Amino acid sequence: MHPFDLISVDSIQDAVKAQSSSPTAQQGASVRYIAGGTNLIDYMKLNVETPAKLVDINGLNLTAIEPAANGGLKIGALARNTDVAYHDTVKTQFPVLSLAILSGASTQLRNMATTAGNLLQKTRCVYYRDTAYGCNKRQPGTGCSAIGGHNRIMAILGTSDKCIASNPSDQNVALAALDATIHVTGAKGEHTIPIAQFYLLPGNTPERETVLEPGDLVTHITIPALPSGAKSYYLKLRDRTSYEFALASAAVVIKQSGGRIDFVRVAMGGVGTVPWRSHEAEKALQGKVATPANFRTAAEAALHGARPQSQNGFKVELAKRCLTHALAEVTRQA
Amino acid sequence: MAEHTDDASKPLTSLEKLSRRSFLSRAGAMGVATAAATVAPVVASAEPERPQPSGDPAAMPEIPGTIPITLKVNGETHQLRIDPRATVLDTLRETLHLTGTKKGCDHGQCGACTVHVDGRRANSCLLLAAMHQKAEITTIEGLGTPEKMHPMQAAFVEHDGYQCGYCTSGQIMSAVAMLHEPWGDADTDVKEALSGNICRCGAYPNIVAAVQSVRRHA
Repeated sequence: MHPFDLISVDSIQDAVKAQSSSPTAQQGASVRYIAGGTNLIDYMKLNVETPAKLVDINGLNLTAIEPAANGGLKIGALARNTDVAYHDTVKTQFPVLSLAILSGASTQLRNMATTAGNLLQKTRCVYYRDTAYGCNKRQPGTGCSAIGGHNRIMAILGTSDKCIASNPSDQNVALAALDATIHVTGAKGEHTIPIAQFYLLPGNTPERETVLEPGDLVTHITIPALPSGAKSYYLKLRDRTSYEFALASAAVVIKQSGGRIDFVRVAMGGVGTVPWRSHEAEKALQGKVATPANFRTAAEAALHGARPQSQNGFKVELAKRCLTHALAEVTRQA
Repeated sequence: MAEHTDDASKPLTSLEKLSRRSFLSRAGAMGVATAAATVAPVVASAEPERPQPSGDPAAMPEIPGTIPITLKVNGETHQLRIDPRATVLDTLRETLHLTGTKKGCDHGQCGACTVHVDGRRANSCLLLAAMHQKAEITTIEGLGTPEKMHPMQAAFVEHDGYQCGYCTSGQIMSAVAMLHEPWGDADTDVKEALSGNICRCGAYPNIVAAVQSVRRHA
């Protein structure tokens, strides 16, 4: 691990000022915020992250989980994954988020990992983790070793010829389906970013994963209230029953009225370079009756643009069946 | 091995009076007991020059790049000088010589390093010691002693919840934390709750039995 200076801050302004001295908030940042550290310390040990300064933000008062002004929920950036997953409001009103968080990592990790840390969780692409290999995300211009390499776990949606790394988070798939908003304080003050605009497709700049700029500090997220009667569910498929990243996952939110689906949101994990909201699947389901055939049509629409690699072609069908099962389960509850 | 000989000369406790595997259980009990015991006396006699793990930081040799920190472990407050990169795990093992907490993968994947931080379990390999100066850290050494084992330690002995024993302290720290977490009663709940603790010997059925025996009597 490269040496670093460790400072702690007790105000958002001091935090923002400290991180603003980094030329970037993305890969290669010279100053990093640190909260739970479960992702960052791992990557610092591998020399994938080599910040010269760490800004410990655990002293900031950002742990609250409370009702939001719009009737939804406000979750502090430093709320631990465990606390969010077991929060009464999350369990009862947004079960998809509770299920998603509890399907990821282990209790030890969830006890330390924070909401904002999970939001910015880095890919587990084996080549991104290994500095002996070229990786455009870790070191722009060095090529993508995963294309033509070991790519079984990689993404099939949103890829480019520069990067096929999948977003590893479960939480973020649920937040995409819940249409969360990211609240940020930066050098120019406070601003909000809809989650649909927060993550960037790899394109030609895979090292740039979010719209965050130097100094930007996620302070909290908000989740709008769901329509009365809406149900939500998260289904995750993986190589082991527990403690493993998704090969495919689906976060679904549905409300039925008069025998037809009149509110639906679909997001998928394990298959996208970013948490993958599928407007195509939603469009296929809107106004339709909840039947296996309609679910399959929606799944076909969701995976229509899939571009599998040499080893992960199975993900296309796996993801379709994952979404179909998730839709069957959530409508069975309704 | 001298420890085992000494231990074997003592009368068997009721816990140890197992008909078939008394020898192995006693060897295993020693594995747990070693994890639970302070190793300081043995280490001290072998390496008398080893620096004291705690004391006045001003009196410590100031190695360039180190910083003074306070760390609260098992109810005791230690004044230390450490490299800012030092994890809680490395500080426990290398500076405080509390070697019951094990280093497995060092990347938060195996759970061997599990400790309690303010009553919650965490992977100590992913925690910077300098960031946890206000925390109450509990290790396997703080859970029980060879003379008075925590019920979970005794249950692991009773149910033979290990082979090599390397993951055991982490398994026990997770299992004890689980008692206060919102899990169901089933074996599958134990498996899910302990999925962050890998046992390469594959002692899982006995680990589940040990944890369930404590949960049923709790």
